[in-house]
Formats: sequence, structure tokens, C-alpha cells
Amino acid sequence: MLRGKAFKFGDNISTDHVVPGRLLHLRSNLPELAKHVLEDADPTFAQRVKVGDFVVAGKNFGLGSSREHAPLVIKMSGVSAILAKSVARIFFRNAINIGLPVLICDTDKIADGDELEIDLKRGEVNNLTAHTPIRFNPIPEAMLRILNEGGLIPYIKKYKDFAATPKEGRE
Amino acid sequence: MQKESKVVHVGLGPVGSRMVRHIVTKRKGIRYVGAIDVLPEIMGKTLAEKILSMKLSADAYAGDIVVVPVDLVFVQDSTGPLTLRQFNETSLDSIHRPERTIFFIDHSTPSPARELSNDHIFLRNFAREKGATLSDIGEGVCHQIVAESFANPGDIIVGADSHSVAAGALGAFATGMGSTDIAIAMALGKTWLRVPETIRVLVYSRFGKGVSAKDLILHVIGRIGADGASYKALEFNGEGVANMTMSDRLTIANMVVEAGAKVGLFPSDRVTQSYLTEQGRVEKYIALAPDSGANYESTIEIDTAQLEPIVAKPHAVDNIAPAREIKGVHVDQVFIGTCTNGRLDDIRVAASILKGKKRHPDTRLIVAPASRKVLLAALEEGYITTLVKSGATIAPPGCAACLGTHQGVLGDSEVCLSTSNRNFKGRMGNPEAFIYLASPATAAATAIRGEITDPRELL
Repeated sequence: MLRGKAFKFGDNISTDHVVPGRLLHLRSNLPELAKHVLEDADPTFAQRVKVGDFVVAGKNFGLGSSREHAPLVIKMSGVSAILAKSVARIFFRNAINIGLPVLICDTDKIADGDELEIDLKRGEVNNLTAHTPIRFNPIPEAMLRILNEGGLIPYIKKYKDFAATPKEGRE
Repeated sequence: MQKESKVVHVGLGPVGSRMVRHIVTKRKGIRYVGAIDVLPEIMGKTLAEKILSMKLSADAYAGDIVVVPVDLVFVQDSTGPLTLRQFNETSLDSIHRPERTIFFIDHSTPSPARELSNDHIFLRNFAREKGATLSDIGEGVCHQIVAESFANPGDIIVGADSHSVAAGALGAFATGMGSTDIAIAMALGKTWLRVPETIRVLVYSRFGKGVSAKDLILHVIGRIGADGASYKALEFNGEGVANMTMSDRLTIANMVVEAGAKVGLFPSDRVTQSYLTEQGRVEKYIALAPDSGANYESTIEIDTAQLEPIVAKPHAVDNIAPAREIKGVHVDQVFIGTCTNGRLDDIRVAASILKGKKRHPDTRLIVAPASRKVLLAALEEGYITTLVKSGATIAPPGCAACLGTHQGVLGDSEVCLSTSNRNFKGRMGNPEAFIYLASPATAAATAIRGEITDPRELL
């Protein structure tokens, strides 16, 4: 069970909004880079976010660059899950690969500052402020297996291969 | 009287990639097998399905999850250090195919900061230690060098850079991933993919004067939106594609990710063959085309002759308008280059418009050839001389001003018109600046007038 406060963002928040290119020199210094997380979307976010909180966005969250530093610094800031109407492909893989859940759901039912409780197993977001339950789409099986191991690195360390994840060939 | 033949069996079975309905008859004790019809709609494959099936030696269709071997893996200096740290975490010690694993130093070249210099040292040392191939400063942008030296039709290519899709121009299933995925692909020599559904883009005719591949892809992105092809393949086909140069195809494939696509595929045809011949590896050529009965999610039709110069306005790539509708917007800096439009053809177009003219005194002009090869050819053809005389600043081959690290960072409230692929807020180093995206022709015309200009006015 995850619990925290919603930080609401709009549509099309790019990885440039999360970690802009002007901070490229900090990419090998993640704690320093994390101080600037989502700076170009909300300059106060990094100071306000607390452990357990949620990034709640509109459609196409994380579009743009493949920089995995984007989900990494969001996770480092304490965020326990990202909720969005839709999420860009590379960002989705990256977030799951580092063990950060991304939940696709109707985020119009969540306002900035709402208290949320999320049951990952039951696929449900409970908005404690608005008293509305929200269902989220199940995470695809191939990705869920990676997420359940805490990410792709622990997954590969355990299984040494993809064999136990997606089948070779058709599924 | 001839004895009637007797129908023994009517069945359905695969012949090659097609399903064939057949009939078996018997006459005078002899069995005859005949095809009734071919049912391509059942088994026909899109280019994406075809390439992945080839690699699997089994049929793969949209929605399947597959694990496939990779022919080329690469990183660049902004995603590479994290990739290598993740690789070290796996405790898998060696790179699966070091000669097909490339570390490109192209994003911050030459290095503008000590931290980045240290990242470069890390990449160089790791390449030396593990035997990976290094492409150091001055060689150029990864995607351009992948096209010039590495990508082949039918390959599966994964790069730790979203614009890795560019190699789809050569008929390679090429896609971008993050550092961890790439670290694992480096170590295991394979990756997992969901076979994408395909949106077909049927292209007719030829580009009119002043209109190019950049206008076409901006038009497509504007039409379907920044998430219009999310998780999907965009497949370009039709006579208009047969008329396109490899340079055009690279520009288009490069930007499919701006509509969210996983891959942007072109058939491998005579244009591909002659490009591979020019690059000295024609033996890697194979012809590739989708099956006539392939299953497409949807089809977009474009008559290139009807296209006009397009500009993407701040701060989204799908926020497009015809150049003529926004002409007159003052521009402080014009940037021509990048993996999208830094090739010889692009520089030729810019030089032909700027020849004998000067950039507007209030408008800076930066030109960055995409690779050393492009720079050399542009020097030999005299384009660089033309551009320097017109007032251009030439940046070294690499990503240059595109991503906001150096070589053209914008000031507060400044406006840039760039031939690159992204205009997100803050992209060129300053969230207070404004970026418009356009073709090299529009960029050159804009540099002369100092304001957004439809290039057809100067042709």
C-alpha cells in the first residue's frame, strides 16, 4: 500500500522538464541533479515533495529524450509512483526498469494536493480527499515481472536472462 | 465421357509468409493440389513484423512479446555513463559483441565542463578495457555515423538515445531505450520488445520547390499529435518514398519518436542499395518491403506536391503552422545541423540560399555538420566557404546547440529557429527562450531576413 500527496502536472511533460540539458554536467552526480527534479515544470516541486508522494500527470508523460536520469531523480525525490493518463514509451520502460511504478488511470479525478492511497495488487487508487476510487490499467505482464523484482538489474542478476520474462517468440 | 474429379479436401495452410486456401482433388487415382486463393490479410506482415520474424525465425505479429538478438548497441556521452554504471551492476563482466557496441562522444563535444570531461574519460577507459568501439569528439552525431558506417537493412538496433529510430531509414528495426535496457542489451546481446501495431504513411508525388522531408514529418506529427503513434511503428511507403533520397528518409525516420513511435520504417530498395554502395558496404544490402496484405492499424495519405514549408512553434513539436502564416516573427538565432538536418544535402540547400547573401545583422547563424564525413564533403564542395562568407559560425560535428549544453545556449526571451527535432521549453538551455523548428531551406531564408520566412519567397 502506497500513501502520499498528489503533485499535479499537465499534459506532455517531457524529460527535458524533468532534467534539462543545461544540467547535463550533473548527470554523474545524481544527488545534486535530484535537487532540480521537474524544475522546468514546477520550480518548487523539489523542495515540497516528501517520501511517498505521487507525481500525477495528464497525457504523454515523459516524452522526448531517453534519459533514464528522469525517472531516477523522480524516484530519488521520494516519489513512490507516477500516475498519468498515458506515458511515453521509453520513459515507461525506464521507470519500470528502475523499479518505479507507473500507473495509467483517469487523473482528472485527482486534484493537486489530494491525499492518495494506492493498492498496487488490487489495481486501485483511493482518493482520500475527494473520496473517489479510481481503477488503473494493469501493468503489462512482461513489465510487471521486472517491477516485482525491483527493476531490470535485480531481475537479470536473479535470472541471468530474459527467459523467465517474455517468452522467446510469441506470447 | 471424362470422368469427374473428386474433391478430397479443401484446406488452409501457410506458403511462405502467406496463408493459401487450397483444394485437393483426385482423378483417375491421382491427387491434384491446387491453390484457390492467397489470403494475405491473415498472414501478411508489416515491415516491423517482417524484420522481427526474420530475426526470430518464427512468425511475429503485432502484440507479441519477443526476445530478439541485437545487431548494434550504442550509447552517447549523456546516457553512456549511467549505462556503464548499470552494466557494472549486473556483474556480467563482458560485452556480448564489443565490435558492434559503440560509445559515441557527440552530445558535449568538445567538452564544455570538467564534469563532462570526466564522463568522457569514463567512456574512453571503459571502451578500451572492454573492447567496445569508441567514436570520439569530432566524428559526429551517433545517428549519422550509425547510418554512414553501421546500420544495415533487417538489423535490430538499440541505442541509448531516443533518436535511434533514425536508422529505420535503412530498413533497420531501430529504437531508443534507456540506460538500463541498453546495459542489458550490451551484456546479453538481446532485448525484449512488444511487436508494434503499424500506422502506414502512404506518400505520393515529389516535393515541390522549397519543400522537403522536414516539412513532411512536421506535417505528420502535427496531424497525429505528439502521442499519435505511441508504442507503434510508422511505416513509410508509396511512390513518394521511392523518390526520396536517403537523406530525406533519415530526416523523417529521425523524428517519428516526436509522435511517440517505437520505430519508423522505410522499405529497403534501390535508394538503400545505392546508399550502401556509397558507404562501401553494398554486400549488406537486402531488399525489404511489407507484404501486400499486411495488417495496418490505419493509413495516412500524403501528397507531397501539396505540402508547403511547415514550422513547429514553441513549445511542442506538434504545434505546427505553415511558415507563411507566422512569417515576420523576429529570430535571434538560426541553428542548422543535428541528426535531423545536418547532412550534406541540408547544408547544400542552406548554402544555395545563402550564396552571395549575408545573414541579417540581428540574427546569429550557427551551422554544425552532422559528421566529419559531412564536414569534409561540405568543405570540398565549397558550401562551408559560402556559409562562412554569409556570416555563419561553424560548430564542430556533433549535437552542438540542440540540447542546451553549449555552443548556442539561448538568452532570456530569445527566439531560435532550428533544424533540430525538439522545441520543448528549456531544450536549448533556457526555459525563458522560444524555439521554432523548420527545414534547412526555411532556416536559411530566415537567417537572411532575420524573421521567419517562407523559403519559396527567396527561390
